[in-house]
Amino acid sequence: MRGIETSPNTIVVSRRLEWQTAEVAEIVDETPRTRSLILNLPDWPGHGPGQHVDIRLTGEDGYRAQRSYSIASAPESPRLAVTIERIDDGEVSPYLASVVQPGDRFELRGPIGGYFVWTAALGGPLFLIAGGSGIVPLMAMLRHRAAVASPVSTLLLYSSRSYEDIIYREELDRLAAADDQLMVKHTLTRHQPIGWSGGNRRIDREMLAALGMPAIARPRVFICGPTQLVEFAAASLIDLGHEPRLVKTERFGPTGG
Amino acid sequence: MSEPPISRGFFGRKRPDPNSARVPPGQHLTRDFPVLSAGPTPVPDLANWSFALSDGDKPIAEWSWEEFGALPQTEVKVDIHCVTTWSKLDTNWQGVTIDALLEAAGLAEPPGAYAMIHCAGGYTTNVPLEDMLDGKAMVTTTYEGRPLAPEHGGPARLLVPHLYFWKSAKWAERIEFMDSDAPGFWEQLGYHIYGDPWREQRYAGD
Repeated sequence: MRGIETSPNTIVVSRRLEWQTAEVAEIVDETPRTRSLILNLPDWPGHGPGQHVDIRLTGEDGYRAQRSYSIASAPESPRLAVTIERIDDGEVSPYLASVVQPGDRFELRGPIGGYFVWTAALGGPLFLIAGGSGIVPLMAMLRHRAAVASPVSTLLLYSSRSYEDIIYREELDRLAAADDQLMVKHTLTRHQPIGWSGGNRRIDREMLAALGMPAIARPRVFICGPTQLVEFAAASLIDLGHEPRLVKTERFGPTGG
Repeated sequence: MSEPPISRGFFGRKRPDPNSARVPPGQHLTRDFPVLSAGPTPVPDLANWSFALSDGDKPIAEWSWEEFGALPQTEVKVDIHCVTTWSKLDTNWQGVTIDALLEAAGLAEPPGAYAMIHCAGGYTTNVPLEDMLDGKAMVTTTYEGRPLAPEHGGPARLLVPHLYFWKSAKWAERIEFMDSDAPGFWEQLGYHIYGDPWREQRYAGD
């Protein structure tokens, strides 16, 4: 079995990754626990949808800490956006998700990671599976798809804790309403509003079989979320007949904060 | 970059840490064991599992699961460092050192100065031989006294703890000896060709 290939559907980075200073231009509150930082950068080389950046903070006493965050914006967007989920015992995310203000600056470098990337040129169909803030790199793909008016048939299956926790909810609604080749299906694992018609449990094999894209369609699959969701969804899809080489995964570990 | 901007109101954890001398720059300690990999976790199939050495494409030696388990075993307690910035101290592993594999294959010395590790699913990573000999690396099948779990690379993964942990390739199946260095999977995608955490060699050019 040869599941991983590095061409042509990957982006090869050859340039050296230098730290540069990002300035927060705008902040968008997405959910009670997440917000997006829209950034001004002096020198952005462009990115592929699905790639991430490293952000490094320096405290007043010189203490530094860095973490990786997925890029939320499409390559076509004039400014880079990241979406940060506040992890309560995290070190960097509470600052980025709660403290930082427009005009503040910090170090950033990227883009990083050329494997978990989809561009319209790769075609489809496209089957995206997200858990929580795992939606972020997939949103970059959906925004790119919309920006270039790609007709690729696309399904997003998105698991959130509750209705209020659905990141980019209104934008996803808008994108899906305007495009008959894009379908967005939600499942809410903890609380469902009255009259909720979507899923009401964690993504499981039965849900993937009933609501997912069938293996026979040979979709490119991108799964991003907590380790358990990713492990389970990927294993279920292989079991349902999807080819391992078409399934790409990105895990948000418990130390991502 | 000369002077980094100061983030007022950022204090970090900065807990006094008696182990800080063991934590490379830019890393933080975790007690969890996060899982990172690029695709689905392969389902272990010990009946058909094998581990091989090759000189380029030419086979040198191959062991079944049973045969591999009968090779001389070594236990180590080491610190591991992931490029995503977590480090974990005092992890316990058991496996077969590369020295023992070469000896079992009847090789007085490795047939090349560099190695490419090949894994189920197609993942590859490159490591210089001098970083694999003299007990510096092993093929491990046991973590904390238990069979290595599939999501952590079981049945067998490489363990090269003094390099960033992506070099400790999961689901390892074959070591290919090469005369010259060549980039593996993440190395082709912009990660550092060598990956020394103490020199913070995360990405190409670091």
